[in-house]
Amino acid sequence: MKKPQLVMVGNGMAGVRTLEELLKLAPDLYDITVFGAEPWPNYNRIMLSPVLTGEQTVQDIILNDENWYAENGIRLLLNRKVCRIDRARRLVHAEGGTVVPYDKLLLATGSNPFVLPVPGKDLNGVVTFRDIQDVSRMIEAAATHRHAVVIGGGLLGLEAAAGLRARGMEVSVVHLNECLLERQLDSEAAGLLRRTLEGRGLSFLMPRQTEAILDDGQGKVAAVRFTDGSTVPADLVVMAVGIRPNTELAEGCGLHVNRGVVVSDTLQTFDPRIYAVGECVSHRGIAYGLVAPLFEQARVAANHLAQFGIGSYAGSITSTKLKVTGIDVFSAGDFQGGEGTEAITLADPTAGVYKKLVVKDDRLVGACLYGDTADGAWYFRLIGSGTPINELRDQLMFGEGALGDSGHSGENRAAAMPDTAEVCGCNGVCKGTIVKAIRDQGLFTVDAVKKHTKAASSCGSCTGLVEQILINCVGGAADVKPKSEKPICGCTDHTHGQVRKAIREQHLTSMVQVMQFLEWRSPDGCATCRPALNYYLISTWPGEAVDDARSRLVNERMHANIQKDGTYSVVPRMWGGVTNAGELRRIADVADKYDIPMVKVTGGQRIDLLGVKKEDLPGVWADLDMPCGHAYGKSLRTVKTCVGSEFCRFGTQDSTGMGIALEKALTGMWSPHKVKLAVSGCPRNCAESGIKDVGVIAVESGWEIHVGGNGGIRTEVAQFLAKVTTSDEVLEYSLAFLQLYREEAFYLERTVHYLSRVGLDYVKARVVEDAENRRALQARLRYAVSIEADPWAERVGQTPRADVRDFQPLSV
Amino acid sequence: MMIQPTTCQWRLVCTVDDIPVQGSRVVQRAGQDDIAVFRTANDEIFAVVDRCPHKGGPLSAGLVHGRSVACPLHNWVIQLDDGRAQAPDEGCALKVPVKVDDGGIYLGLD
Repeated sequence: MKKPQLVMVGNGMAGVRTLEELLKLAPDLYDITVFGAEPWPNYNRIMLSPVLTGEQTVQDIILNDENWYAENGIRLLLNRKVCRIDRARRLVHAEGGTVVPYDKLLLATGSNPFVLPVPGKDLNGVVTFRDIQDVSRMIEAAATHRHAVVIGGGLLGLEAAAGLRARGMEVSVVHLNECLLERQLDSEAAGLLRRTLEGRGLSFLMPRQTEAILDDGQGKVAAVRFTDGSTVPADLVVMAVGIRPNTELAEGCGLHVNRGVVVSDTLQTFDPRIYAVGECVSHRGIAYGLVAPLFEQARVAANHLAQFGIGSYAGSITSTKLKVTGIDVFSAGDFQGGEGTEAITLADPTAGVYKKLVVKDDRLVGACLYGDTADGAWYFRLIGSGTPINELRDQLMFGEGALGDSGHSGENRAAAMPDTAEVCGCNGVCKGTIVKAIRDQGLFTVDAVKKHTKAASSCGSCTGLVEQILINCVGGAADVKPKSEKPICGCTDHTHGQVRKAIREQHLTSMVQVMQFLEWRSPDGCATCRPALNYYLISTWPGEAVDDARSRLVNERMHANIQKDGTYSVVPRMWGGVTNAGELRRIADVADKYDIPMVKVTGGQRIDLLGVKKEDLPGVWADLDMPCGHAYGKSLRTVKTCVGSEFCRFGTQDSTGMGIALEKALTGMWSPHKVKLAVSGCPRNCAESGIKDVGVIAVESGWEIHVGGNGGIRTEVAQFLAKVTTSDEVLEYSLAFLQLYREEAFYLERTVHYLSRVGLDYVKARVVEDAENRRALQARLRYAVSIEADPWAERVGQTPRADVRDFQPLSV
Repeated sequence: MMIQPTTCQWRLVCTVDDIPVQGSRVVQRAGQDDIAVFRTANDEIFAVVDRCPHKGGPLSAGLVHGRSVACPLHNWVIQLDDGRAQAPDEGCALKVPVKVDDGGIYLGLD
């Protein structure tokens, strides 16, 4: 059968990204033809500045070479400008007589540089700054001429000016406004920027309005004259005063155009067969000129072209970055501020640092950074997610690094780091490798960087740093989103939140039902989504959804921790860290009998037997005759205790007994991530309750409960939840908090991250202030735990549920 | 990469039912690397040497999805039909000839 014809007009970043997304979703749906007016395959237009300065070559910025088109069966027609679209006959006419029919048409015609309508605008030596050809002309001029005048003090103009200066020209920047980058910076930051650029040898003529470009009598540019009568000599004039959506074709065929080609939230024009994406588009009255929104549009358009029909584009918040080496400028959202907003500012003109944060109704709505932009990504995320900032407010100005200690503090180093500096300690990846992968492979997301370089793919503590490097390399094109807005994995477009909601509201109780209802793209998921779905199912419908062992990762399937050599470690449970001579004797005997190479005390007050062979696991468990310690699972790990009032002269309550009661109540609880508890008998806190998911601290008059602590990758101090008087209340509050976390957190989200997403006030309202809800939460958790049996007991064959096949090797 | 079946002989190791759906079994050989035999959701059977090309992780302990397995150590995804690591990772697990006859699984071994 003949496939429908998809024709794309325009071969730039937005259009080709749409094709890439489309090919991912529906690789064989269309015969695709692409018209490109330039002689180049798709290249990274935002990297033209480094090409101009000589930091990169044209080859470096090619995103899809001609092989890519060939491999994907796309007919690529370069150097072929489309001149007319015949909507009635569904034909695209190009210069030179090419005619191609279409069933679906994708307009990605981009924008044209705006050329001031002044006398002399067509002289030889007047160029724009838009494509590779423009850059070649500028490089040529720089080699043979002296005086350059750049008209326009916006992002493009400044990048052009810095590039020409780097190539040795004398550069004057002409700007109509009193401030540079008035759309990106406030006047303070603009002043700092101007001084820095002047220090680099640029001169500024502003405010100044261009009246005419004067010729040398031979059709070549000689000078620029302003409305005040003054002139400046010029061998090269770069017009960088803005861009206009290129809507000529759309207008020519009668599509509705209002500044840009008007599209709906599905990126459809008024002709349902014609889609449009990119800079040529006007969506809800906005025409975007930055690459990040264009990529979001591409994803939605691709979804509809693939006939999935579930994407919707609701507009974008944009951020911008100036790509002039050594000058860091970042702004996002409403950074000017206005009525109803307040501004927090920090200015250190000598050091060349200025930061302004605009706050409205307890939310960050805008940011303007100069000199130190390390936290741009974080501010951008806060603006996008609308996170309440009242708790962060004191620290907001000092950046994300100020919120915690070790883990993310490295972010401020990103730009200054040498290429040889190690970014990812787990996988030994240095900055240079990451930068090279981003440039060579054309990466725009942290996930893609993870896949290609392995950086941030293990413990994840360097994710912030990787994100920062990504932003330094590709600017606003970096696709940085919080987990709550990202699809679970490549098998679906749905986020964790959407999947949880569907499972609950549609009463989905099996993996197959979820994948069918939410239209999973893969037949049986992947190693990312299946463990998450399994957790969502069993935590939402305990007793009803079947726990799918095949969707558990190795540790939870084998009920032991896999080690690098393929052996396992076994940690038996010791309630509250209390053991006895009998247990210790059995542990010693097991270590001898099975030749266990190492026996080690863990940080959670348990004993770890390391180096156990897989086939020995059932025997080890049977001989230990102790409960499973779940030291491998996204589940309750341990409740660490101090000795408390029973022995300690400072102890105020029986912390050991309290810890054992909590551990008995929670053992068998599966959770989004591992959960650790501690109970200390006095505020000296020997059990380290301050860095546990639930930390209980005894005081003379009762117990304090703290939640959301974490001693791992990034140390987080637990936050005070409530003070109670009895041990029954400790159980009720702790269980209620953990059940709320179990029901609402995303898979692999620790309590601290859950808390920072929903806010402590929300948790208090549900757990502390609402007694009825607290009891209901506790009851649901107690029920969920009651149906879990000890996995070791099951797997040594004491119950029929055991699948011993996993442990028994075959032989030949 | 494939062990050449020229000199190999087919050896019965187990039946299809001996392997859990979306699971695997390990076949031990004296003095040689273990072999992992997989059963997919569609009851297709594949066999590769039980070593991930990345750091030698036991693929038999990985999560089986589609016609692939994710290595339990660092989550490399190995395609079972040709042993190749999924891009952008590069490497290849050694594939072992396998056939199913009347419910019995046979490996082609030297």
